[in-house]
Amino acid sequence: MSNPSDLRYTESHEWVKSDADGTITIGITEHAQELLGDMVFVEAPAVGRKLKAKEECAVVESVKAAADVYAPVSGEVVAANSALDGSPENINSDPYGAWIFKMKPDNAADVAALLDATAYQAVVDSEAH
Amino acid sequence: MGARLCGLALFHLKKANMTLKTTPLNAAHRAMGAKMVDFGGWDMPVNYGSQIEEHHQVRNDCGMFDVCHMRVVDAKGDGVRAFLRYLLANNADKITLPGKALYSAMLRPDGGVIDDLIIYFMSEQWFRIVVNAGTADKDIAWMKQQAAVHAPGLTITSRDDLAMVAVQGPNARAKVWQVLPQTKAATEGLVNFQAADCGEYFVARTGYTGEDGFEVMLPKEKVEAFWYALNKVGVKPIGLGARDTLRLEAGMNLYGQDMDETVGPLESGLGWTVDLKSERDFIGKAALLANPPSKKLVGLVLLDRGVLRGHQKVVTAHGAGEITSGSFSPTLEKSIALARVPNGVQIGDTVQVEIRDKMLAAQVVKYPFARNGKAVCSL
Repeated sequence: MSNPSDLRYTESHEWVKSDADGTITIGITEHAQELLGDMVFVEAPAVGRKLKAKEECAVVESVKAAADVYAPVSGEVVAANSALDGSPENINSDPYGAWIFKMKPDNAADVAALLDATAYQAVVDSEAH
Repeated sequence: MGARLCGLALFHLKKANMTLKTTPLNAAHRAMGAKMVDFGGWDMPVNYGSQIEEHHQVRNDCGMFDVCHMRVVDAKGDGVRAFLRYLLANNADKITLPGKALYSAMLRPDGGVIDDLIIYFMSEQWFRIVVNAGTADKDIAWMKQQAAVHAPGLTITSRDDLAMVAVQGPNARAKVWQVLPQTKAATEGLVNFQAADCGEYFVARTGYTGEDGFEVMLPKEKVEAFWYALNKVGVKPIGLGARDTLRLEAGMNLYGQDMDETVGPLESGLGWTVDLKSERDFIGKAALLANPPSKKLVGLVLLDRGVLRGHQKVVTAHGAGEITSGSFSPTLEKSIALARVPNGVQIGDTVQVEIRDKMLAAQVVKYPFARNGKAVCSL
């Protein structure tokens, strides 16, 4: 499965979507869910929490492991996807639809500086070898 | 995203790594779409898609596991029973029916657990032993060292020529008979924990899932054909991921997690396998008698949202404990764990588990959590 070209990515396997209202939506990539396997628990950050780029802010847990999710840029959490409380497996079936949280970035330019789909694919490929 | 607690070496996925050991089924796993991981130095399948589906497959129907990495050891010669009676914490005298198996810990003189294993009584000149993969070399060295002193006439042979496949689930035995009809007459009457030597196939009614089924030992060069033949009659391959949740639900210890050389069997939930009542002496007995345990192994079910994992701290009214194995239980749809806690903790108590920066409530329960397709622990 290819990574959507309209998203930005981090080396730590988060995807970032820029929304029309200036906020960003964050989830984990197809590659990340594939590594983790069946998802059973998601803990999103609290709305209002101020995050620094690369700060640990959410946790996704599969049957076999727990993994941290990092803030892709600095900013404030403005929403958390409570639908994942009851259906964490949505991350497996639809990783680019099952968002985890939304942020208002401190600086929009930080988002533009994240990896594009091609650069992210190179990260994935380098991990596989 | 970054790895936090990796039960199965999450980020050790490798496409090809020549330094890992492989079983004769390696190519078959890849052909069946397995995700391979480094499991204690072995290149093994963690799942073939969904670990949860594989778990239910075994509880509801049947599945097959590559357990070729485990080691078969044959102990042969006069006096083999007497030697095992001294070598192991459980009493080899308990098995007198031919083919009958016994689960036991093998202890150090100080009571620490070298390994847990299964012995099969085949004759007074032959006991078969199956040991864990990661401990096989040290186990065999220990057995040979002890035999040299206490039973020099015995031969202890690592059966590296044998492979092993576990077929588990309510329909497992019927599927094995479909593929190996020649073994049916000899294995139909096997009771739980009993094996039959059917020439090339050694068929044991044992397993590590809490379900009925067989573990089949056979020549290495025949195992791939056996695997594909089972698959052809509808037996699905199951990875190590589901193997771990199945054994945890069944309340079965995992060596290296729930016990190791630094803890004794009595604080590892293995008291039922240790015979301290008879006059029999065995390695580790004096240490066990001299050091009554202050802790015990209990089951936990998480009441709050989250997932219990190994090494999380457990806070109780009687002092601190630690989770030894924890995961999500697909059968209970809750998180469950085995935990080593102070003796004063009782079934039904509520304890706190430290998960990241939070204290979450868990209830102490009697395990197993699930067996024979059903949840058996109630809150």
